Amino acid sequence: MSFRFLVNGSPAEVDAPGSRRLLDVLREDLGLTGTKEGCGEGECGACSVILDGQVVDACLVPVCQVDGRIVRTVEGLALAAREHGSLDALQEAFLERGAAQCGICTPGILMAARAYLDAGGPPEEDAIREAIAGNLCRCTGYTKIVEAIASVANLD
Amino acid sequence: MPTRTAAPPTVVPATEAVTRPLVVQPGEATQGRAAAFPLRREGPAKLTGAARYTDDLVFPGAWYGATIRSTDAHARLLAIEPDPDVDWSTVVIATAADIPGDNVVSLMHDDQPLLVPVGGEIQHHAEPVALLAAPDRETLRQLKGRIRLVTEPLPPVFDLEASDHEFARYEIKTGDDAALEAAFAAADLVLEGKYRVGHQEQLYIENQAMIAVPDEDGGIVIHGSLQCPYYVHRALKRALKLSSVEARVIQEETGGGFGGKEDYPSILALHAALLALKCRRPVRMIYERHEDIAATTKRHPAVIRHRTGVRRDGTLLAQDIDVVMDGGAYCTLTPVVLSRGALHAGGPYRCPNVRIRARATRTNTPPNGAMRGFGAPQTEFAAETQLNRIAERLDLSPAVIRERNAYRVGDATPTGQVLRESVAAEQVLRLAVDMSSYESVRRETGRRAAERRGVGAVPGSPLRTTDERHAGGIGLALAWHGAGFTGSGEVHLASVASVELGADGLIRLLTAQTEMGQGTKTILPLLVAGELGVPVEWIEYAAQDTAEVPDSGPTVASRTAMVVGGLSILAARCLKAEVEARHPGAPFHEVFRQDAVQHGPTRIDQHFEPYPGVAFDDATYRGDAYPAFGWAAAVATVDVDLDTGEVTVGDVVAVDDVGQAIHPILCEGQVEGGTLQAVGYATIEEIKLADGRYLNDRLATYLIPTALDAPRIHTILVEAPFSGVPHGAKGVGELPMDVAAPAVVAAIHDAIGIWMTELPATPEKILAAMHAGAAA
Repeated sequence: MSFRFLVNGSPAEVDAPGSRRLLDVLREDLGLTGTKEGCGEGECGACSVILDGQVVDACLVPVCQVDGRIVRTVEGLALAAREHGSLDALQEAFLERGAAQCGICTPGILMAARAYLDAGGPPEEDAIREAIAGNLCRCTGYTKIVEAIASVANLD
Repeated sequence: MPTRTAAPPTVVPATEAVTRPLVVQPGEATQGRAAAFPLRREGPAKLTGAARYTDDLVFPGAWYGATIRSTDAHARLLAIEPDPDVDWSTVVIATAADIPGDNVVSLMHDDQPLLVPVGGEIQHHAEPVALLAAPDRETLRQLKGRIRLVTEPLPPVFDLEASDHEFARYEIKTGDDAALEAAFAAADLVLEGKYRVGHQEQLYIENQAMIAVPDEDGGIVIHGSLQCPYYVHRALKRALKLSSVEARVIQEETGGGFGGKEDYPSILALHAALLALKCRRPVRMIYERHEDIAATTKRHPAVIRHRTGVRRDGTLLAQDIDVVMDGGAYCTLTPVVLSRGALHAGGPYRCPNVRIRARATRTNTPPNGAMRGFGAPQTEFAAETQLNRIAERLDLSPAVIRERNAYRVGDATPTGQVLRESVAAEQVLRLAVDMSSYESVRRETGRRAAERRGVGAVPGSPLRTTDERHAGGIGLALAWHGAGFTGSGEVHLASVASVELGADGLIRLLTAQTEMGQGTKTILPLLVAGELGVPVEWIEYAAQDTAEVPDSGPTVASRTAMVVGGLSILAARCLKAEVEARHPGAPFHEVFRQDAVQHGPTRIDQHFEPYPGVAFDDATYRGDAYPAFGWAAAVATVDVDLDTGEVTVGDVVAVDDVGQAIHPILCEGQVEGGTLQAVGYATIEEIKLADGRYLNDRLATYLIPTALDAPRIHTILVEAPFSGVPHGAKGVGELPMDVAAPAVVAAIHDAIGIWMTELPATPEKILAAMHAGAAA
């Protein structure tokens, strides 16, 4: 089966069984390894991507459900930023505040945070914690992640 | 390009409100602190998705590997039977018979095979027996289930206290038994307590991952997620009979370790290598979460008994402590985990009469290994809870009893180690108490509990009123953590770190210290740059590749900042002196490029030398167990749901003395992360076993705290430097892991009046304890 969709603004076409996980399509078929696998069953959020504005776990989404839709991954943040010659504001905030340590959960958390901010999420701590509650981080204790997201929400 | 830096931290007097980052410097400011702090070096790659973790690497033609594991806890392996109806010619199977060298996981004792040989004994559930490699994952999945293990069951042992096989045993005593008993006889109060802690999974978010690539000359290159390249290197050489050059280990970007990637990677690298050598192509072994939880090491469970004698004023007179740890089926690192646990078992308190007896036993469960804190979180939970119970019995504030007993300069530990300097127990305690308004909050929670006690409307829940379903509490704990390897460990390691000025004028720092999120790649170049007087961007940090860097020891035991940081500074100091000697009157930063052109490369290999005045006798367990200690206090507030038993940890004030906060933002990150792991350990992280098998071996069932479960963590860094290293750092990774769990348990007691003596204090256990308390 052939599926077409937009990834980070560019058209993608893949030939794959409809049940193939979006995570594998991104990582193996399209070479976008910024999206990580942590558990393969939707618990950890390391594979979070934005599908038509909604955060989803790419390990739970079969590629047939992506046909004709818009996918954003962490490489998309970087891509948009590269045009401006720097990281985007969210990535910058993570870097300056020490919100990324081992980095394996970071792409997923960035995407969850990006969706939250794009939807007009406020800088309130509780709301931010709720927005990233589906993304496990084992390094940071979340404190600096919440601060980084709040600092960007403040800017908007 | 302008130098980009993180905002420098504000140094705030201890009396002001808690704002972060907050660094408190007792005495003189430590040397070598940079004015501004560089951003995490590999941060941009991690934030853009460009960082390459092991599973992100592509090796054309690579096959996929899988492990065939036992389903018995204890059995004799009679045969490995591939299904005769399957065409096995398209795949490769490896067994113990394929191992060219010793079939052992090279750690402390040679009891653990890489693969159980036919005729040998299976010692635990999920033990590796055979390996399978296939060109694609689907074939691998299908065929994995078609290899049958023929076994003959043997009687298993699951009870750590009933097991008669000991991996290690220690006794630490301040005097003879008669003196101890005399001290108990003189005490105003003797309190006994029994504490139990369960397994804890490291739960790095990147699963164990290893790719083995055979080269044409029979050698092997390992690309993997790991903490200790030279541990893996040693294991490869021994089992595969390879030379130091034929075996090569490269650490790829590593998504967390917490001790879980200290010992296990040796097994996984060898499994991948055996398959790669047999099928003559790269083999990928990337665990799925289920396999990672089911098969890899955990924090040791333990049973700890205390008998403590005190004076009426709370002064400790005698401690008699018995520790039993569950090593699981093989020795792994258990003797050193037990040793650290035993050495920390009395807590950070002076006591004239101490006896600590510790042993670790074998059970037919998956082997336990290293996890952040390495034995100390287990025994310090018991020590702190015991002290809090004593304070309650004597009607003393937990802060007061600690002030009375906390180590000061000049005190001696149970091994006879005199603490000559760098003792900040009282200071971290005072800061934590002040910053959290501990005493006034405690008075308030106590008053509210007293008001409600007895007016409860719900049977079994005497505090539950019609209006109020929750009870709040506050708890305090104090901890110490020995810096670096235990005893003469650092002397045996004999680490080397190198700084090199290349002929090209580039400065390179070469160590085996791995980055796994804690900030190695940022802090070590920062120390070298500070010493050389050059911008940190000018210091290249060499790859953690055994073909490139010297063996500066494992990245464990919070030793990177102190030990290897110290070696790196000394190497840089030496390089600077050599270069400047060739250019009299000119500072290094002005002449090093010219020097490189004129003189060619200069390389300094700095070898570890024992810290002055530090000596430990491994045979008698007397002397300086650690060159220095870090000190930490934590105050936690909780809210207990009286209907469900759920605990919400609201705030934690964490005060940690790290000697020198090389990079305060990264340092705070360590405290925050370690604190949350300790909160998880205290409340929800639990492994349940049945017949030696983990029942909840998935992320859906082994729970770790989410952002909603996490408290607000307020970190205060204290700097009481250790004079044995030029910068004073004592490490930070493990210290916060020791202290938050007992603080949370103390807060639960403050809320509901019940001591939870078993970790984790799950809602089920809390409900059961509340009902038992009501029935009593």
